[in-house]
Order: sequence, then structure tokens, then C-alpha cells
Amino acid sequence: MAVFEYAPAPESRAIVNLKPSYGLFIDGEFVEGTETFKSISPASEEVLAEVANATEADVDRAVAAARRAYEKVWGPMSGAERAKYLFRIARLIQERSRELAVLESLDNGKPIRESRDVDLPLVAAHFFYYAGWADKLDHAGYGPNPKPHGVAGQIIPWNFPLLMLAWKIAPALAAGNTVVLKPAETTPLTALLFAEICQQADLPPGVVNIVTGAGATGAALVNHPDVDKVAFTGSTEVGRIIAKAVAGTKKKVTLELGGKAANIVFEDAAIDQAVEGIVNGIFFNQGHVCCAGSRLLVQESVADEVLESLKRRMATLRLGDPLDKNTDIGAINSAEQLARIKELTAAGSQEGAEVWSPPCELPARGFWFAPTIFTGVSQAHRIAREEIFGPVLSVLTFRTPAEAIEKANNTPYGLSAGIWTEKGSRILAVADQLRAGVVWANTFNKFDPTSPFGGYKESGYGREGGRHGLEAYLAH
Amino acid sequence: MTVTAPATDQVTGSNATLRAFLHGLPGVDKVGADARAAALGTRSIKTSSKVFAIDLAISMVDLTTLEGADTPGKVRALATKALRPDPLDPSCPAAAAVCVYPSMVADVREIVAGSTVKIASVATAFPAGQASLRVKIDDVRDAVAAGADEIDMVINRGSFLAGRYLEVFEEIVAVKEACGDARLKVIMETGELVTYDNVRRASWLSMLAGADFIKTSTGKISPAATPPVTLIMLEAVRDFLATTGRKVGVKPAGGIRTSKDAIKYLVLVNETAGDGWLDPHWFRFGASSLLNDLLLQRNKMKTGHYSGPDYVTLD
Repeated sequence: MAVFEYAPAPESRAIVNLKPSYGLFIDGEFVEGTETFKSISPASEEVLAEVANATEADVDRAVAAARRAYEKVWGPMSGAERAKYLFRIARLIQERSRELAVLESLDNGKPIRESRDVDLPLVAAHFFYYAGWADKLDHAGYGPNPKPHGVAGQIIPWNFPLLMLAWKIAPALAAGNTVVLKPAETTPLTALLFAEICQQADLPPGVVNIVTGAGATGAALVNHPDVDKVAFTGSTEVGRIIAKAVAGTKKKVTLELGGKAANIVFEDAAIDQAVEGIVNGIFFNQGHVCCAGSRLLVQESVADEVLESLKRRMATLRLGDPLDKNTDIGAINSAEQLARIKELTAAGSQEGAEVWSPPCELPARGFWFAPTIFTGVSQAHRIAREEIFGPVLSVLTFRTPAEAIEKANNTPYGLSAGIWTEKGSRILAVADQLRAGVVWANTFNKFDPTSPFGGYKESGYGREGGRHGLEAYLAH
Repeated sequence: MTVTAPATDQVTGSNATLRAFLHGLPGVDKVGADARAAALGTRSIKTSSKVFAIDLAISMVDLTTLEGADTPGKVRALATKALRPDPLDPSCPAAAAVCVYPSMVADVREIVAGSTVKIASVATAFPAGQASLRVKIDDVRDAVAAGADEIDMVINRGSFLAGRYLEVFEEIVAVKEACGDARLKVIMETGELVTYDNVRRASWLSMLAGADFIKTSTGKISPAATPPVTLIMLEAVRDFLATTGRKVGVKPAGGIRTSKDAIKYLVLVNETAGDGWLDPHWFRFGASSLLNDLLLQRNKMKTGHYSGPDYVTLD
């Protein structure tokens, strides 16, 4: 009997030409900031580049540039002309997708297999999709001649840096808004490469501005009086602060926040594919996914065999170098996030849930967490209620469809859910009762630019993607 | 997936109980199975792991010729190649077997006797299987008498699709008995069964009836072997071992022509059934032109450059 070891198959870093330092992208140019911070690779803790930390004054300059561009160029421009720029950006993203994928994996820690096969194709698809809407807004269902808001302030998270940028910028620009976007402080680099692409596409100065920085930069953007629209993706905690900050102002706001999705496996499911869906639901992108299927609800009559299959499958997951093409699980994005995952999993063990991980060697440097499942979890455990945002699955059981629905909905969140059954009528009946913005049936974590995405309850408000995603960027 | 199998004689007591058991197996979601097979197809197998995989794949080839134009000369040439696929390199492993019609078994035997290369023979009115059981059994007995180590039988797809599972089961049982010591490979002709649910059911049916190997295709029907179908069969043998304690081999056949394809199949084996099946005793490729591509790639890995088709033997 032979052992089939996979030799290292690293994607080359040579394609990425990183500068030692990056300024802010304001009014079509990179300008130096007064303060800087470092962006590191979470897989090795190596410093990748120094990045400007935008101050209130920098944000003010960026908003002013966006305002000028909105009034003089982008606002008056016809939709058909705006579309040309968006199509050009989409094509440039495709042309430079290898470079962007490698940089995303370096800065974020996600496996190259995912940045290459999921993130980048979706990024380009979002720009292509919304480019197509730019000259058809009259027919989007928001009345004749809908108007843009003006300047959009957009704040995005670190889990899908470039994809979240695309979700924000593509519809905003298609609708005729200009943007000031703040990427997350741990993953600013692909947004800066995107700024280069805007230059390459000859996008008029000020239409897209990128201000890097942490919470204070985000607060300056949200509170800026000349911002017409705030769009945020991130934690529910920060979402609340933003909602309070914009309450009583003219600003429109959309929030895409946390989740604690139930992935429901019925006894009549296609078990092998359900196991794949469970793995994809929670271990995709190290579980750094707001819509991750972090609560597995499995029918008691098949719980043992599902768990046995799941454990066997988890033992084949390959954790390690994000740039290795065979890596399934990359690095945790930051020391801070790793500490949060450790804190919550410790609470899980302390509260009596049983923890299991496959044998899995963690690299010495960088931030790593082995894929983990907790069994014997009850609704009262913290790990069943709080968003862990890591590769940690809480397993609960149920006896009847009604109990599954009750448990699935028993959370302050409501972003996504999954249903696994070979019975079509059950899919429809259960989906109808789940209080979640996205319900996947016999699949999980599938995204498409034509499909709206967003939450119920404390998972936020507004929708991104599809025709619905335009609404956030149009006054009607 | 583990299936709690009741005692075999209860399951196979009547067509109704056999049907209830096979239809009680968990379904296969086609979209999910296709996606899983495609994802495993993106594994990047380079350098030392590629060298390993190519040699392993060569040792798993059932070098096959099943043509009306087959002659003793042709099959002797093929058998010689199976013994020593690369005449210039004695470190190259031998193929697993030579697979021919029953009338050619004796000729192959003269060449490979005493070696590790097995003699496989198709039988049971291959490829259609549309003959009486008596004729099929005689076909098997002929092949075994001529010295076949392995019998590749076809199931009666007509009976299977008509829901007459017990008929298919009993035919396999009878053929297995006629095989004696020869190992029995059961060809399901998955291209004619069409659905993945049928592939899973036919796999279990064959294994319950005593198959030593389950095999995708005759090579005469398109599609022949595909990665998702092989994935489902690998899940089936894995689950059958867990349930019954008996290990069954898998043989995708037909349409696997390049080293790249073969390596993808080995990744499927590795990550589905596990390394217990990474052995010519438990996994085979039914192929003819595949071997030359494996040899070309093997040479490339060894020397760093491609030698060209004139450096492998055409048989």
C-alpha cells in the first residue's frame, strides 16, 4: 500500500510587484499620508508593505475629490459612457487576475485555490454585471430616471477584501455615484492595486478614492457631512455604531453584518454531498464568512453517520501555505481574530461541548487554527449563539422539521441558511419559514452577481447584488 | 456514509426487499458530486508526487484490446508490452494485466505466465450482455479454462433499468460461481445507467452479489468512465468495507487517455476511498492508449525533456 504525498506546489509570488510603501488614492493619484501602518502576511507575519493611515483631513480631501468628480464628470456622464469604464475595469481585473489573486492570498491568508477560483472570477463578474446596468437604470424598477445619491462612503471587511470592494464600488459607480472606500486595516493591498487599475482604465480622477486606515479613518468617513450614502460590511457591533452615527442625518445607509447560519441536514439528504456542503459552509475561507454555516443542525436519525463522514472528510483537509495550490485551509487573518476564536472555543469546551479536530500540524509562524467541530452543543452555549468567524462548527441535532426551523430561527442574526434534503417539497416548505436573507438548498456559499444578498434582523439591512443591489445607490 | 446492511440473504430474499434496500441508500446530488470531482481535479501534482503517481498509474493499467480484428499476433504484442512497458528502462513497472476476449486468453498466457501480469478476460456476451445465462456462463468457463485470472463481466442493464434487480443479482452470483478462483470485475456500463443514483445502486447490487471489482464501462458506450461516476463508486466501496468488512476494487475504463487524467483519478482514490486503494490489487485503469502517454511523461520526468511518440512502442 502506497502513500500519495502531494509535493509543495506554490504559486509564484514574482507576478506581484509590491512597492515598499503605498499612499492614499485621492483624486486619481497616490498621495502620501502623514502617518503609516504596516500590512503583514498572516501566514508568515512578514511585512508586505507600509500603508498610509488616513487622517480626518485626508478623508476630507478624498470626499472633496469625490464631490467634484460627482458634480463635474461622473454625475453628468451618460450611463452608456459610465458602462464603458466599468467594462474596461472588469476586463483589466480579468487580465490581472493572477496578480490580484496572489496578492489577496498574501495579504489575507486565504488559499490561492479560493482567491483564484472564487474571489477573482466573482470580482470581475460583479463589474461586468453592473456595467450592464449603467445604461438601463430606467428599467431597474425604481421609476423613470432614478438619480444617484452623490458621494458614497464605503467601509469593507478583511475576509473578502477585493470581492467586498467589487460589491460596493461596482453598483455605486453604475448608478452614477462616486466613492470613497476604506479597506480593512489588515488587508488594504488589493484595494491599492485596484486603484492602479482605475488609473490604467483612465477612470476620471475622484470617481474612486481609496483611504486606508483603521477605525478612526472609518469613523471620519461615516461622520463626514458631505457623504450622502454609507455602506458598511462588517461586525454587528460596528454596524450599530454606524447606524447611530447616521441616524437623524440625510445619509442613506446599508449594513451587511454578522451571521450565525444554520445548515440543516435532513435524514433524507444526499449524505456525501451534504458533508461536502458542511465542509464548504464552515471551512471555506477559514470560516471568515459572514454567511458561514457555523451551526450544523442535523437530524438525530442520521447524526452519527453524518458526523462520522464529516470527521473522515475533515481529516483530508490540507492546512498550510496559502500560496500552495493544494492548500484547503489558509491562515487566520490576524492575531486579534485568532485570539477571539481561541476565546470562544475555550468557552465552548468550558461549557461542556465536546471538541474535535483532525490531526493537523500548524505552521510555527503566522496565525493558524485547525478545523474544529463541537458536538453536544445546545442552544444555550455561547458557541451556538455568538459569531466565531473562524473554522469552528457547532453541531446541534433536531428531531422534526418544525424543531429544525425553530432552532434555525432562534438567533438574533438572519443572514443565511442551508437545507439538505432530496425532497423538493421539503426544501420549499422549510425555506419559506426560515428567517434568513439567503437560503441555499443542497449547496452552500454560492454567490452570483445577479443574486441579491443581505440579512434579516441583526444581520443588517439593504441588499447587495442583483437588481436589488442598485436600490441602495439610487434615490427614487 | 455508513449503511446499516441487514444480513445479505434478507436483502436479497426477493426483488421487493432488494429494491427496498437499494432505493433506501442515500441519494446522490448530481451538482454536488460533479463539483466535488471537479474540485479534486484541480489538485496540483508536481515533481516527486508526479513521479510517484505515474509509476503507480502504470502498475494499475489493464492493457486492453477488445476488437473484432484482434489476432494472436496483436495480443501477444500487447502482452509483451505489459510485461515491459518501457523496453529501455527496466525500472519501469509492469502493467497490472492484459484484458482480451476469451478466445485470446491462451495466447496472452504464453507470454505472461510466471510474471506479475494478470490475464483478464471479458465474458458474459460482452459488451451487450444480451444472451441467455447459459451462454454467459459457458463464456466465463471458457475464459477461466483458458487461464484467465480475472473475469470482466457485464451486467444486464435492461433488467436493471426495468427494476428487475434480483435477476441482475442472481446472474452475478452465478457468474461468480463459474469464476472459481478468478477475480470477478462487474461492468455496470454507467453510461447506460445514466443517473448517479443508479450508479450507487448498481455498485451496491454488484458488491452484494460478490463482485471483487466494480468497473464503469465496456469502452463501447459513450460516456465511459468519468471522474464523478468513479467518485461515487469509490464512496460505495469505502462504505461497503465499513459496513460488511469486505473490500472491493474499482476500475474506471474507457476514455482515460492522458497522464493528467490518470493522476486526477488517483487523487480521487486518495481523497475518497483512501490510500488503502492505491494499489493495483484494488484499483485499475481499463485503457489502451493511456500507457504510452504515461511512458512519455515518465521519460520527461526522468530526463527533463519530451522524447516524442517514436520513443514509445506502438502495438
